[in-house]
Amino acid sequence: MRLGGKVALISGGARGMGAAEARLFAKEGARVAIGDVLEREGREAAAEIAAAGGEAMFIGMDVTSPSDWDRAVESVASRFGRLNVLVNNAAIYLRGLVEETAPEDWDRVMEVNAKGPFLGTRAAIPAMRESGGGSIVNISSFNSLVGTTTSTAYNASKAAARLLTKSTAVQYAKDGIRANAIHPGPVWTAMFTSGFPDTESIERRRAQAPLGRIGTVEDVAYGALFLASDESSYITGSDLVIDGGWTAQ
Amino acid sequence: MSNDAGRLEGKVCVVTGGGSGIGRAVCLLFAQEGAAVVAADVNAESAERTAEAILSQDGRGTAMEVDVSQAESVRRMVESTVEELGRIDVLVNNAGFGFAATVVETEEADWDRLMSVNLKGVYLGCKYTVPVMIRQGGGSIVNTASAAGLVGVPDRAAYCASKGGVIAMTRAMALDHVGDGIRVNCIAPGSVESPYFDDIFARAEDPAALRRQMESRHPIGRLGAPAEIAQGILYLASDDSSFVTGSALSVDGGMTAH
Ligand SMILES: NC(=O)c1ccc[n+]([C@@H]2O[C@H](COP(=O)([O-])OP(=O)(O)OC[C@H]3O[C@@H](n4cnc5c(N)ncnc54)[C@H](O)[C@@H]3O)[C@@H](O)[C@H]2O)c1
Ligand SMILES: NC(=O)c1ccc[n+]([C@@H]2O[C@H](COP(=O)([O-])OP(=O)(O)OC[C@H]3O[C@@H](n4cnc5c(N)ncnc54)[C@H](O)[C@@H]3O)[C@@H](O)[C@H]2O)c1
Repeated sequence: MRLGGKVALISGGARGMGAAEARLFAKEGARVAIGDVLEREGREAAAEIAAAGGEAMFIGMDVTSPSDWDRAVESVASRFGRLNVLVNNAAIYLRGLVEETAPEDWDRVMEVNAKGPFLGTRAAIPAMRESGGGSIVNISSFNSLVGTTTSTAYNASKAAARLLTKSTAVQYAKDGIRANAIHPGPVWTAMFTSGFPDTESIERRRAQAPLGRIGTVEDVAYGALFLASDESSYITGSDLVIDGGWTAQ
Repeated sequence: MSNDAGRLEGKVCVVTGGGSGIGRAVCLLFAQEGAAVVAADVNAESAERTAEAILSQDGRGTAMEVDVSQAESVRRMVESTVEELGRIDVLVNNAGFGFAATVVETEEADWDRLMSVNLKGVYLGCKYTVPVMIRQGGGSIVNTASAAGLVGVPDRAAYCASKGGVIAMTRAMALDHVGDGIRVNCIAPGSVESPYFDDIFARAEDPAALRRQMESRHPIGRLGAPAEIAQGILYLASDDSSFVTGSALSVDGGMTAH
């Protein structure tokens, strides 16, 4: 078991990639906490893991709230006794060019996508230190590495998460805490299909990715598993790009 | 591992530079994950030792002598592998070396030798293996680049150039062969405990000071172990990374993050 004995907290784990990470981590032996604003889906995702023989709990939380984070880390510690892995996965997408992006929408995207991972990292570090170290995996995006003609605030927020990752890595390496970012390309989830609802824009994305397909949630979950596990013990401050070759071109 | 199948079950994997350091660790890990491994090295004896170590852990391993800088030698390695094992699913272009010198101190012959192993060796490995992979419908290639291909390292001008070349070629090859079902990625290790560094330390005026200086370049405060680099190569070689191509994965204890 690649995560035997570990305890993981996954934000935005109620559906999409976060839910896939929760399932895979549990299958590999981790005890998993799912934190999300979606109560019903989150409880169902945790119940599904338990039904498959894993151990999972749901925590209702908003990643933009510092006190929600404190409560989440506390409940993980009291239920599972430790915290080894944090996946900052929760985020929202906003389509729109610079001129189309309303200032208050920019703020909201930054609040969830940049401040959310910061708050999670800030809350998790003391618990990880107490657990003898840990691994933080931030789900950024290929949009943090290259410009796109479809989104603005989202790209900037993901770039912020990318550099948060590197600073965390450099600052907390001495405490045995690693931090790495994953940059997925387009992946089939509710976020993708709501941002790109029409066949034409989906086809355009598919054609732009050299691999010629949209990614699956498992593609990303396996990368997160590798970074969460001790297999990646010498990897910190790194960018794992899972984008079907998009940013290689 | 749990009782599920290994992550490279049934795959044929060729690892150049498989006689020592990172390459040897890759061979042992791949065999443990169910692969049939060809440990290829210019030092035939060291390749034999790797193959023996694999057999003693009940894995499948063969040794092969190859000079990755010689087209004919690489062609023969590929041909013999296909004859003996039927296919090549994974190629790890890992053979390489380095030396300490500024551009002024670098002799032309040393530059040529370094480029012919570190860069031409990757080209030749791919040139002869890609057609095999195309015939069988796909495969995964992992090249051992270096953090020195991403950032400047003092006193390593030629080495940095060779590894930067590997990273650039990795991206280009990934695009060329994506339609053939072949993924091409590279790994960029920081400093790793291996005979390569033993040698550099041995030549240093003050080995202890050099070691401290090397360690302090990595926020994690130590050099990497070959087995830690091998894990990154395993991820890129296996189907766990089936949506990953054209990427450079840093395994460097934070060296390039600051
Ligand atoms: N789908 C893609 O194409 C794609 C590409 C690159 C990166 N990503 C990133 O992958 C991650 C997962 O996205 P997904 O595609 O699975 O999307 P998704 O919308 O299916 O899942 C996101 C989850 O985050 C939760 N969430 C959102 N805001 C929250 C908040 N304030 N507090 C708590 N939970 C909150 C949602 O309820 C949802 O369960 C995100 O970080 C996303 O930006 C997605
Ligand atoms: N050790 C490090 O710190 C470090 C860091 C980054 C990258 N790398 C790279 O990792 C790779 C492996 O290095 P290592 O540290 O394991 O060194 P190593 O010296 O232990 O192993 C290299 C192996 O390659 C073989 N080799 C050399 N020239 C060859 C040739 N022409 N044909 C076939 N085999 C040949 C050697 O015989 C040796 O067995 C190299 O490409 C190196 O540049 C090493």
